[in-house]
Amino acid sequence: MTVGVVMLVHTALHRAEQVIRHWSAAGCPVVIHVDKNVDRATYDDFVQQVADIPDVKFSKRHRCEWGTWGIVAATQSASRMMLDHFPDVRHVYLASGSCLPLRPVKDLMDYLKKRPRTDFIESATTADVPWTQGGLDFERFTLRFPFSWRKHRFLFDRYVEFQRRMKMYRRVPDGIVPHMGSQWWCLTRQTLSAILEDPDRPTYDVYFKRVWIPDESYFQTLVRLYSQHIESRSLTLSKFDYQGKPHIFYDDHLQLLRRSDCFVARKIWPDANRLYDNFLNEKNPLKGAEPNPGKIDRIFSKAVERRTRGRAGLFMQSRLPRPGHENGFTSAPYSVFEGFSDLFEDFEPWLARMTGTRVHGHLYAKDRVEFEGRQKTFSGALCDNPKLRDHHAQLFLVNLIWNTRGERQCFQFGPTDSQFISWDIAKDANAQISVITGAWAIPLFQSNRNFSDIRADAAELQRIESEHLNALRSPWAKAKVRIWTLADFIETPMEALQTVLDEMAAKNLRRVTEAPKMADLTGFGQFLQNLKNQGMHPYLMGDFPADNAPVAQRPTRRKPYLVR
Amino acid sequence: MSRLPHWLAHYRTLGVAHFLIVDNGSDDGSTGYLAEQPDVSLWTTGASYKAARFGVDWLTCLQFRYGVGRWCLTVDADELLVYPGSDERPLSALTAHLDRTGRASFGALMLDLYPRGPVNAVDFASGQDPLEVLHWFDGDNYRAKRHPVFGNLWIQGGVRDRMFFGSQPERSPTLNKTPLVKWRRRYAYVTSTHQILPPNLNEVFDTGEGDRVSGVLLHTKFLPNITEKSAEELVRKQHFENSDLYQPYYQALIEGPDLWAPTSIRYAGSEQLERLGLMTRGDWA
Repeated sequence: MTVGVVMLVHTALHRAEQVIRHWSAAGCPVVIHVDKNVDRATYDDFVQQVADIPDVKFSKRHRCEWGTWGIVAATQSASRMMLDHFPDVRHVYLASGSCLPLRPVKDLMDYLKKRPRTDFIESATTADVPWTQGGLDFERFTLRFPFSWRKHRFLFDRYVEFQRRMKMYRRVPDGIVPHMGSQWWCLTRQTLSAILEDPDRPTYDVYFKRVWIPDESYFQTLVRLYSQHIESRSLTLSKFDYQGKPHIFYDDHLQLLRRSDCFVARKIWPDANRLYDNFLNEKNPLKGAEPNPGKIDRIFSKAVERRTRGRAGLFMQSRLPRPGHENGFTSAPYSVFEGFSDLFEDFEPWLARMTGTRVHGHLYAKDRVEFEGRQKTFSGALCDNPKLRDHHAQLFLVNLIWNTRGERQCFQFGPTDSQFISWDIAKDANAQISVITGAWAIPLFQSNRNFSDIRADAAELQRIESEHLNALRSPWAKAKVRIWTLADFIETPMEALQTVLDEMAAKNLRRVTEAPKMADLTGFGQFLQNLKNQGMHPYLMGDFPADNAPVAQRPTRRKPYLVR
Repeated sequence: MSRLPHWLAHYRTLGVAHFLIVDNGSDDGSTGYLAEQPDVSLWTTGASYKAARFGVDWLTCLQFRYGVGRWCLTVDADELLVYPGSDERPLSALTAHLDRTGRASFGALMLDLYPRGPVNAVDFASGQDPLEVLHWFDGDNYRAKRHPVFGNLWIQGGVRDRMFFGSQPERSPTLNKTPLVKWRRRYAYVTSTHQILPPNLNEVFDTGEGDRVSGVLLHTKFLPNITEKSAEELVRKQHFENSDLYQPYYQALIEGPDLWAPTSIRYAGSEQLERLGLMTRGDWA
């Protein structure tokens, strides 16, 4: 008893020959079908090439176009030939010219010998399979497809639409339930001969000739009529991309394929010398284990995911998502602090100490980019030139976060900065934005300038900040936003800080034991009152008592603080 | 000339079948060297580079005649193409993948490589691998948007942007290219290989969430002879569009600046570029 191999070949004939020799050397008869699209001379040449190999036969040639009946017809005649000429064959293995045996053929024979009545064929009802392409699942059995999907897509689609509208459905022959699955199977003589010799076969053939991609459904359906024991899986390892086309294996997949423990893999790149050299070698080490295609799943599902989802927060040569389709504007969470560095004198070093994150100054300051430590360039050679930054303010932030993956970034922002990213951070779910509104008035309060200038600046800054707040409060905002008025914040600054730091969820976050040093606000209430008296209405700070010093006048020295 | 031997070797390893080269009045022996190569077809011209739209007309003409129906890679003598897996997989594997996924063009980012220290102070022997002396590049300070007319990606940034175009970022060099195209008679490059017509060939990038396979052109411009070249360039004024605008740029290059910054990244191969997100495999697993 042995395994017979039916091989469908259309290109890379030299590789096919190599594999045929490999099968044959292990004692497997091979029946070859060469696509009729291969010209006569090449075909004759190929026949000559393999003439010296025992037990190799060529079957009647059919024209094989993707998704058409030709492939089934080719499989039928080749299988017929296999069963008729090689009575010793118990299992027939359907393979293509780009299939490569990964394990010694002997291993496969032993495996099948232990399962003499089992048919290995992937076969599932259309209702249960998610992998159909083009939205045609059950309809591929009930519509007609006279136009090529690859060459005449427009006609194909229109005709499908037309049939749907006219309700022109075909009837599935009695007694069969459409199933689908991988084209590459391994069937027992009993099952295969029963399918081929079925008295109703002409009916089935006529029906399946008009089904779309019959090579994925003909045997998969009919096997359900006769098989005593179906293992619904393919012994051939193949991986599909998001369009349902098979991935190709190259030399660099060698280790991966070794780990899969599968018997046969497809498709192999014809020039993958290292793969062919390794696996067609007698000393192939793979044996014994149960095939486990799952082991290599990860890398290919990652490829599919990359193609459909991309890497979040990466804009590059082959990925420029439209606004709103980014799958994440940025790649990692980051924190934005507004007003904190105005209120606290040493906020940046304090925050860095407390959280162990990268704390930048005002990245969007108008005169320069204030990187941590005021470096000239930062990760990824981002440079501190504000003109370059403002030329594409969004990508500046996206790049910064991308370049520092694995390390949380914090930066200061405020109405004195350039405001290009105001909306972008508001809409970014990765942003954690904490705002003390009206804190921009503190530097004005401390400055030594003419009051009329201060008044004009205050009006402008208030306008900018309130616009920014509109963004943060809009229904499109996805950032984690916390907003305090200055008055509210200084009521209970430590609790507020603790909340913000907790939300950052830094791993080794310590209890906030030391407070940053708050600016001296003595007279600030009066300052605001003066602005009001000048006709400018500062409202973003909240209610500051105009009389004398603010209620919560904080001690300016650091003190231990315990939060329970 | 000093780049050519390595340049040819690089592309031969990738499996380029034939080279079509236009020699625009070189006087350093390149002509003789190229004429000896068995796989090079050489055209020489003394005509103006600028009048031929910076050589694009010459190349378009050659592609019109010899490139139709083939995958054509259009690169300068200082550009080395790498793509995901390019150490293992030949160009034919890449083009087969593009064919299979129904694409006729392939995009690559131009990545400027530079040495540490003044650009004119490195030792570079003629015929040497430029990557042996140019180790550094800018990791990710690139800005991308869509070109309003041609729909192509418009990437600017990198080291030249950082060093020389800080005061006029809109002038800074374009870094996106579409060097690999399955040529048809009605195709034409517009400016260098940055833009191509018809516009749908420019769509080498995904505008949704996903990405596609793309590569990187290692730009080995900053070899020691850059200072002489820049001096020449100032006189010839053959640069793109408005030559006068580039005067300060060439002036700066003549002085042999140090392009290196503490945050520059050392080049370590194609896998590194993938990891950094400068190129990606897309679905080409």
